Amino acid sequence: MDFVVNTLTLTVRFAVTLMIASMGEMFNQKAGIFNLGCEGIMSVGAFLGMLIPFTIIGPGTAPGYINILGLVVATVAGCLLGLLFGVIVITFRAPQGIAGIGMQMFGVGLAGTFFRSYIGGTQSITGISSMEIPLLSKIPVLGKILFTHNPLVYFAYLLVPIAWYVIYKTPWGLKVRAVGTHPRAADSLGINVTRIRFQSLAVGGAMAGFAGAFLTLCQAKMFNADIINGRGFIAVALVYFGQWHPIKIFLGALLFTFAQTLQTQIQIFVPQFQYYEFLTMLPYILVIVVLAFNRKSNRLGPSALGKPFNREMRV
Amino acid sequence: MARFDKITELRVEHITKRFPGVLACDDISLTVGEHQILALVGENGAGKTTLMNMIMGLYQPDEGKIFINGEEVQLKTPNDAFDCGIGMVHQQYMLVPNMTVLENIALGMKNSWKGIKVDLQMVRNKVTEISEKYGLKVDPDAYIWQLAVGEQQRVELVKTLCLGAKFLILDEPTSALTPQETDDLIALLKKMSSELSIIFISHKLNEVKALSHKVSILRHGKVVFEGSTADYTPKQIAALMTGHEVEVNANTDEPSQGEVALAINDLCVRSDRGFLALDHFNLEIKSGEIVGLAGVSGNGQRELAEAINGIRKTESGTITFFGKEIQNLTPGQVIATGMGYIPEERNTEGIVPSMSVKENIILKDSESQSFSKNHILRNKAIESTSNRLRDEFDIRCPGINTAAGSLSGGNIQKVILAREIARKPKFLVCVYPIRGLDMGAAEFIHKELLKLRKSGVGILLISEELEEIMNLSDRIAVIFKGQTQAVLERGQATTEKLGILMAGVKEDE
Repeated sequence: MDFVVNTLTLTVRFAVTLMIASMGEMFNQKAGIFNLGCEGIMSVGAFLGMLIPFTIIGPGTAPGYINILGLVVATVAGCLLGLLFGVIVITFRAPQGIAGIGMQMFGVGLAGTFFRSYIGGTQSITGISSMEIPLLSKIPVLGKILFTHNPLVYFAYLLVPIAWYVIYKTPWGLKVRAVGTHPRAADSLGINVTRIRFQSLAVGGAMAGFAGAFLTLCQAKMFNADIINGRGFIAVALVYFGQWHPIKIFLGALLFTFAQTLQTQIQIFVPQFQYYEFLTMLPYILVIVVLAFNRKSNRLGPSALGKPFNREMRV
Repeated sequence: MARFDKITELRVEHITKRFPGVLACDDISLTVGEHQILALVGENGAGKTTLMNMIMGLYQPDEGKIFINGEEVQLKTPNDAFDCGIGMVHQQYMLVPNMTVLENIALGMKNSWKGIKVDLQMVRNKVTEISEKYGLKVDPDAYIWQLAVGEQQRVELVKTLCLGAKFLILDEPTSALTPQETDDLIALLKKMSSELSIIFISHKLNEVKALSHKVSILRHGKVVFEGSTADYTPKQIAALMTGHEVEVNANTDEPSQGEVALAINDLCVRSDRGFLALDHFNLEIKSGEIVGLAGVSGNGQRELAEAINGIRKTESGTITFFGKEIQNLTPGQVIATGMGYIPEERNTEGIVPSMSVKENIILKDSESQSFSKNHILRNKAIESTSNRLRDEFDIRCPGINTAAGSLSGGNIQKVILAREIARKPKFLVCVYPIRGLDMGAAEFIHKELLKLRKSGVGILLISEELEEIMNLSDRIAVIFKGQTQAVLERGQATTEKLGILMAGVKEDE
């Protein structure tokens, strides 16, 4: 029973990183920009998230607001990196795949370099600790799974319906979808394609930065140079897996995190089980199978994804 | 909100627009008065669409001014044009396929954006009002990808009117419509002209004649003629447009007595969506004869052409080509039998747009002795052949090394035609060969097809243009819901008769 409850509790908490990162990537892709640099932006976010409390307070316990400050700085930095990516792929129309790989290496390298020169070795931090919500957390089983997390977790989950509402109900979401699918049509209606794409990159970058900081502050409670460890790429894959729909992306993030948590928990609870790697592979295989057999997604997806817009390019 | 209550006059003066290496519009001046319909005609690349994009604020003119009701207006973005009451239906529809009709219209209706929410109810009311007023039926909740081309155009019209257009610009509105839809549109526009002014771009001079009050002809970015439509016949306009007398290419020869080249028996083929697009289809075509296949597009024409050319698997039935069954062969095997193909989508199926003209010309023969040796291309042979074909087929391009995709539609079609004819095919399947082409290019293509027929090649001509079919064909077959509705001799066919058959009514009914 402990095994099940532990696994689910950690899944709920750890899913936040992937969820926020892929939700941000969804905004990018909905507007037609493929940002493979998510991993790099997360790295920078993760580093800044821990750097701020670490430099202000030192290795000791940082008060809550200092941690939040770290989170905010990481989010702002992510936003700026998103805009930088926009300058590369929108203003200069660089190929997005290659620019994304560049952004990934830039971000990971930047965080790693500064980490080495300012901090040196791996440092643990207290980060933001979990708290039990009175009464609710006392509900048997469910209480522990759902109501023993820090406030950021609830905030992150709240972002899912908010993202859905923004995409499908607001004028901005309408514009984002149009710009990512048929930029020429949006342009003919007086919508500034460039501006909307920059805005969505700012939102996406901010969310990637936030996700990175969440990872260091709430999940790993430490930083090292390869802490993101492919999560940024998984976030990109989850957007395809979830077919650009916030709810499906959310479920994908949960599923993924569940499989990963299961794998670590099995190592703890059932040390004699040798082949836990197979469990790790499971979600990846699932993604490949889903992507391979899902041909309908072409119709739902942003069909201008990855294509620069140039009004005077005649088609 | 709107800047003008009504538009009594739209005038452009001395408009010039340059693109890198091209003078798209060269000192153009035009005036359109209230309730007037101006037809703007000219060959592809004459600058018509560029001029309209400047009126919509999508491009900025390098020189010249635009006046509404005598007042100079600055049209920096499409929003400025909408504010002035100008709206445009682009040739390629500006609709987002994975959004609904309502969402597409809301995208332009800025007054429906209430804070963080889009007021779709308000858009719905407006759509209902406009559809009822003009008799334009649209389903507000349908996704664009679910709609046929004709329906999408109605959505475009409704959208433009919802945005408050009092002055309509229509860029080749009938190019993708069936004959019936075209008639309906012309009637509707005539009715609308009692409230609106319209600029109408078209290649089809009978439509220009039927609809417009005034006609302006553009050639190489210049206005070369302006006049009142009533004073000129379509033939005269055509001559002014191309700069020379346009001859109608008509097939008046005796019917061919050649052997049967292509025989299709009880052919069944499924469409992409899984239903039977061809349902026991039958047709025979002799050598040296043109059989026109008339029909509203979407009745199995695409599937027929693809099945013959090995691109689509057949369910049952046979396709016999000079006595040999060719159904379900690979495209390469079909090409080897001597089949020529001018596909429907010339930009995506006919050529590889990013490859040069010369590469596209040898695309089917890169492994043949004449163009390669030991799997290495023989550049000299390729260039001399390409240059010869370029002259023979009057392909207008900066050079044979130019990317084929950068040519105009007419020249792309000539590249395809040159490739197919130079291969000396035994038979040619030709799908919508002049769709979207101007008269000069269309005339050329038709002349070449008739030459090919004379040389003893059989041609299956799939088209929606009844005039084209009636002028070129020896026999005319009508396809409806994947079946042969009727096969008529040249003399028996009239536009009315074909129209009725294409609508699915059998002759004896």
